Amino acid sequence: MDFKLTPDEEAFRDEVRAFAKENLSPEARKSPGFLANWLKKVREKRWVGFNWPEAYGGGGGGIMEQVILKEEMAKAGAPPLGLCLMGLQWVGPAIIEYGTEEQKQKFLPDILDSKYQWCTGYSEPGFGSDLASLQCKAVRDGDEYVINGQKIWTSIASWSKWMILLTRTDFNTADKHDGITCLLVEMDSPGIEVRPIKNMAGGSLFAEVFFENVRVPVENLLGDEGKGWAVTVSALAHERSGISEVAGLVRQLEKTVELAKHTRHNGRRASEQPSIRRRLAKADTIIEGMRLNGQRFLTKQLKGEPLSSETSINKLHRAFLAIEFGDLALEMLGNASQYLGSEDTSGVDQNLWPNGVLDWPTVVIGGGTPNIQRNIIAERILGLPKD
Amino acid sequence: MVSHHPSVNLALHLTLHESLRFINLLDGIFLTPSEACYYNRQASLRLRAAPRAASCRTTKEVSLVDLSLSPAEAAFQQEFSTWLKANLPESQRAASLQGLSEEEGLKARRDWERTLGAGGWLGVSWPKEYGGRGATAMEQVIYLEELLAAGAPNAVDALGRGLVGPTIIDLGSDEQKQRFLPSLADGTAIGTLALLEDSDLLGPDGIALTGAEEGGGYRLTGAKRFVHDAGVATLFIVPFRAGGDIVFAVVQSSTEGVGSRSHHTMDETKRMGDLTLDNVLVTPDDVLAGAGDGASALARLLDLAAVAVTAEMIGAMDRAREITTQYAKDRIQFGAPIGKYQGVKHPLAEMYVDVETSRSLLYYAAWCVQEKPQDLPLATARAKAYASEAFTRIGIDGVQLHGAIGFTAEYDIQLYLKRSKWALPAFGDAEFHYERVASLGGY
Repeated sequence: MDFKLTPDEEAFRDEVRAFAKENLSPEARKSPGFLANWLKKVREKRWVGFNWPEAYGGGGGGIMEQVILKEEMAKAGAPPLGLCLMGLQWVGPAIIEYGTEEQKQKFLPDILDSKYQWCTGYSEPGFGSDLASLQCKAVRDGDEYVINGQKIWTSIASWSKWMILLTRTDFNTADKHDGITCLLVEMDSPGIEVRPIKNMAGGSLFAEVFFENVRVPVENLLGDEGKGWAVTVSALAHERSGISEVAGLVRQLEKTVELAKHTRHNGRRASEQPSIRRRLAKADTIIEGMRLNGQRFLTKQLKGEPLSSETSINKLHRAFLAIEFGDLALEMLGNASQYLGSEDTSGVDQNLWPNGVLDWPTVVIGGGTPNIQRNIIAERILGLPKD
Repeated sequence: MVSHHPSVNLALHLTLHESLRFINLLDGIFLTPSEACYYNRQASLRLRAAPRAASCRTTKEVSLVDLSLSPAEAAFQQEFSTWLKANLPESQRAASLQGLSEEEGLKARRDWERTLGAGGWLGVSWPKEYGGRGATAMEQVIYLEELLAAGAPNAVDALGRGLVGPTIIDLGSDEQKQRFLPSLADGTAIGTLALLEDSDLLGPDGIALTGAEEGGGYRLTGAKRFVHDAGVATLFIVPFRAGGDIVFAVVQSSTEGVGSRSHHTMDETKRMGDLTLDNVLVTPDDVLAGAGDGASALARLLDLAAVAVTAEMIGAMDRAREITTQYAKDRIQFGAPIGKYQGVKHPLAEMYVDVETSRSLLYYAAWCVQEKPQDLPLATARAKAYASEAFTRIGIDGVQLHGAIGFTAEYDIQLYLKRSKWALPAFGDAEFHYERVASLGGY
């Protein structure tokens, strides 16, 4: 058991810290070309696509270095390392592993250069948690696939130029995981209709996407026909401890504590109220538990042991906190919490909190509901029978 | 028909400033970059036997950030758990000690203590020169977890060996070590901590007992409450007030004016009681003068005690989870093992989450004991607070998921419910430690 970094890792941490300090000063943040400069500089550092192999323009960063980079950037409140989020997270890695040389040349540089967005066509109206049963149909016709069907909860579909799409090319397989085919689809292809869905927080970042006789050239097939399920999993050594998430949560806790110090609730300062103090302390403790759990997961990953279901532990904590922070803030704010866009009187952006109370489903439901996470733990780790 | 947002292509059609706002929108309202990969993770969770490509970059193997047990720690754990399997007879398990009188219970625990002693498993944390194993704080935590997970009763003098001996080693003079440690080591003396008084308040504020100076020593009159094993202990660590500080004394049961007795307790293997002091003389030889700042020494002792109790709790709650999980696999209702139903499997999953998170918090606290003492108070407070709530829930859920059979004395699960009730207030409950987290966090 040891919590220390090696000298090399310490040196890398210092390098990242110094870079963040130099490039993220309040003055730098206000300068007009701030984001463009930032993206250019982190690209030069090869910190965009840091876990990608160097041969494809990435940084070749090891697991531990990824953790350090993400953690330090989160602590510094840095802008993202590249804007093409889904491209960097999984589209690029999937192309690196399963793509043809032409696909790599065509797509990878654009992802690293934040040229445009990718969206992800996975969930369907009937198949969310049970994703592998998807029914969106693709039929081979000469040099093209013809797609008919529907996707839903497709985040940033309206803003994206390309989509990584899972279709079914074979409806007669014994195992539902077989017969799935992965295609790369240009969003302005004739026959695609995007209908944004308004969520309860007022945003509409996800959408329904309809496919009517959409024709996709065969060269946009990613991986083998019928083997698309495997494509959804990146084999790149991708840091999955969730430690950088913790840095974000720590910031959220700090904001909530600030709010408690500046808000009067039931006649006294909220931060003096024992029940509020206990809830804040519990959130603090869970965040620390997540950090330490993350380090234990990381240890496993560093030792080359498979890591899958354990991460559900922190997803459950994350879900709890996503709801708790918003509710705690609302309780402190009292009736004032109901005003959207209320005046900032406390040095804390009060409008943040009403939003937080309405937008937790993206964190809590996106990527598997808490009950799905409990099933994963119960069945995969505890060995309880599937239902 | 194609229907796009006016700006289809982010970087081509939006200014960079707009892009930043967009990303912030993603960050705040939709998902952070790390959360954005949830869909992918989710897919990966469902992929059976995910093929790992050869292109997977091998990671540095030299990293020291390591939260798994070190080879030495793993060997220690293996050695002790193997020994426990071979040496803990049914008649000495905690379950068999129910309903015994204090004397009978004492005898049974004495027998178990002799077994532990014969195996060299007493005083594990003590330096070898005092007859211990010289185990690290981390190994002591492993020891307690394993002991509890095996369903072993406490040795008569678990507290004495775990905390009293080390306190004397830390704060005592050489002469005092020579005088007190051998009898604690061989079990002829039973040591305990007498920290609490009527207020049941931990820390210096809870200590009202005041020593009247006399001939370089002190006279003590008063009482200590909630003293573990009070009825059978022969040696008490007693902090009291004198000269504006907290002073530690070793008080022996044989001294004139000392009285003690145990109460019947909910967890029969965790007896507690009172120590009464009626004009008891504490000679200068019995004062642990190495305490220096007594309040700081007390604070550290309380943290060490809380870490030890938390280790016991995690051993016990993990065992409760295991017993209940097994029951859910074996018990058939409505034609299937009850563990198939989400109403049963979800609380079991929550138990797992709580045990593992408690364990992470505990291991960090144990690591801080020797490596980062300045972080010990906060790390301890978090671990004990979280584990106290978690164990309470696990104790109740464990019995409830068993159904009526869980209510019987015959089934072990009820022992863990009782243990959780003992553990909650021991060395600070969830409320106490969460308040510490808040204060130490500056709010």
